[in-house]
Amino acid sequence: MEPIVIAKNLTKSYTKGLRALDNVSLTVDQGKVLVVMGPSGSGKSTLIRTFNGLETFDKGELDILGIKVDSSHDERKIQKIRRRVGMVFQQFNLFPHLSILENITLAPVHVQKRRQIEAEEYGMYLLSQMGIDSHAKKYPSQLSGGEQQRVAIARALALKPELLLFDEPTSALDPERINEVLDEMRRLAEQGMTMVVVTHEIGFAKDVSDQVLFMDSGKVIETSPPNIFFSNARHERSRKFLNQLDKHK
Amino acid sequence: MKTNQKILLQFGICIFLFILIGILINNLTINLLRTGLGFNFSWLFKPASFALAEHPLPYTSSDSYAWALFIGWLNSLKVIVSSLILATFLGTLIGFARTGKNSLLGLISAGYITVIRQTPLLLQLMFWYFVGFLGLKDNMFIQIKNIFNLSNQGIEFSGLTFSSEFLALLIGLSIFTSAYIAEVIRGGILSVPRGQWEAFRSLGLSESKGLIRIIIPQALPAIIPGLTSQYLNLAKNSTLAIAVGYSDIYAINDTITNQTGRAIECFIILLFSFLLLNLLITNTMEIINRLILKSQKYS
Repeated sequence: MEPIVIAKNLTKSYTKGLRALDNVSLTVDQGKVLVVMGPSGSGKSTLIRTFNGLETFDKGELDILGIKVDSSHDERKIQKIRRRVGMVFQQFNLFPHLSILENITLAPVHVQKRRQIEAEEYGMYLLSQMGIDSHAKKYPSQLSGGEQQRVAIARALALKPELLLFDEPTSALDPERINEVLDEMRRLAEQGMTMVVVTHEIGFAKDVSDQVLFMDSGKVIETSPPNIFFSNARHERSRKFLNQLDKHK
Repeated sequence: MKTNQKILLQFGICIFLFILIGILINNLTINLLRTGLGFNFSWLFKPASFALAEHPLPYTSSDSYAWALFIGWLNSLKVIVSSLILATFLGTLIGFARTGKNSLLGLISAGYITVIRQTPLLLQLMFWYFVGFLGLKDNMFIQIKNIFNLSNQGIEFSGLTFSSEFLALLIGLSIFTSAYIAEVIRGGILSVPRGQWEAFRSLGLSESKGLIRIIIPQALPAIIPGLTSQYLNLAKNSTLAIAVGYSDIYAINDTITNQTGRAIECFIILLFSFLLLNLLITNTMEIINRLILKSQKYS
């Protein structure tokens, strides 16, 4: 099994000595799904955003798809990583002035220099896979949150990425819209996509993930397979967090 | 308030306004009678009998006052339009430098904006004229093969000459306005949510492509109104031309008022000249704004 993500001792400090990331190490193998959980402010978003260079770090090393980056944040290497890694955000971040199809074809045409027609064909294929190809000519504001998030997934897939990063993809959605997005993610996992997912969705983590990584105050508290993490978490802190989540269900 | 009360109130206000305007017109006619001038514009067609250093169209001192005023208006238009272009160019560069990732550039542009905005325009114009141009040697300070000549006479560039008065005004107005435009541009860029930057970056788009395709199109609707008011300010500020001796509409108007004593007529002409200029700017910007909104059907 080839590792896709290797993080070694990632550390990021804020000015007042506060640590967003504190000595974080992890490995994600090809075709595996890693779910990252933890209370808000625990550094889980910061962590996955270092994987495609949206966040810098002060110490440690990162190896994404064999491209090694360190704290010097080499722009050229990060650019190479971004071409092979897709990201889906909590707030969708679709481009509001572009149509759905234009949102999807932008990067293939302008980054990968593919032909417009070819990019549109593939974009339409991705949209039809998600059952939203009838929206291709519409603008993001005309779609529901769940539809927008599926477009955002299609946009990330358009670059044919080897790794997908999800930063709380369902947190901004209405409860009845969450499943349509989670179903897409399940489908991708079944197809063997390597994924790192920051989420509070226990059901998704239980069914889909291979490992659950639990963070608090920038530290990795534990990394366990989901069946162990949810039934018999090793650490007191993890159990406390899961209890809190249960109470809010 | 009942309807008839409202009508009564409006009627009262109308009467009051009529009385006010009546008093003003009465005062005006009495004063004009006293000076023996009356109110008319026939003097416009008498010879101006003063020379103009700068005239984009043929002009001699035997031409009429009306022609002199028109030349002045053209001179104003010339300096306003060229400053407008230069200021927009400079302001955009500085605005981007201020928001960009490079901290040294950011610091320099922040300093530029602070210094320029914290000093009076009049002072800056004087600086460019007296220190910038009159401080140069009287001929050929910099000369490149007779194509480019810089001296205290101004700039000569392949047959075209720009007087030092025009250049001082152009540079002064452009730099002054560019600092404000930079802030307008910065505000527009900052109005685009952070997530848009992250989205284009995560797709592997370069900073310049992301700016052009994602950020600027979304920033424009926020930039245009601010830009319009800066352009209007620039047009009005151009009347400070009189400080460096550039013959714009205001300076020529001033000369004519002194020569003819036709203060009220001259004032009205000036008023309408600027109204015309600024309506031109406002309408052009309105058209641009509508085109942008039309091309962005999403909102």
